[in-house]
Amino acid sequence: MIIFLIVLLVCSFFCLYRVGAGPTPPDRTVAIDILGILMVDFCAVLSLFTGKDLYMNVAISWALLAFIGTIALAKYLEGRTFDE
Amino acid sequence: MSNLIIILVSIGLFFNFAGCTGLIRFPDIYNRLQASTKCVTLGTVLILLAVAIHFGWNSISIKAILCIVFVLLTAPTAAHAISRGSHRAGFPLWEGSVMDKYHDDFPQKSGE
Repeated sequence: MIIFLIVLLVCSFFCLYRVGAGPTPPDRTVAIDILGILMVDFCAVLSLFTGKDLYMNVAISWALLAFIGTIALAKYLEGRTFDE
Repeated sequence: MSNLIIILVSIGLFFNFAGCTGLIRFPDIYNRLQASTKCVTLGTVLILLAVAIHFGWNSISIKAILCIVFVLLTAPTAAHAISRGSHRAGFPLWEGSVMDKYHDDFPQKSGE
């Protein structure tokens, strides 16, 4: 179990590096999107090895909120406003 | 826990690691988007499929299948929205890029 979580943690640190050092704003937006999907993986692995129902609820709601946040950031990138 | 579950989770984590390495190594926003989004979506679907197979007919399994459908619907939509927004905002392609069909179709709205 612990080796799976270590691999996911290394992937998360790659995404955090791209959030910090991305030269343009879309790079940071892509890294935040990938980080939101990786959190679903964390919850799935924890649910697989502990057998609890709680983590899948967290995974579903996290995927939904990450999608809405990414759409809002992409809309901001396109027009620089929240109109339209 | 059977060997099938371990193999599915390992393949999924390999795809996740490949996608995040592409997010680090590629030179351009569009290359990074194309590499990371597809690989991470496939890895997430494989890990959730392992959860659904392991628990059988259970509430956790139904939630995992629901999460598979949701990730398959939303991840390409978010990637397309980011790509369209960044191209329309005028962020440049990598200088080694060969063609730009979107700029040919909508020349007045991109590449300021």
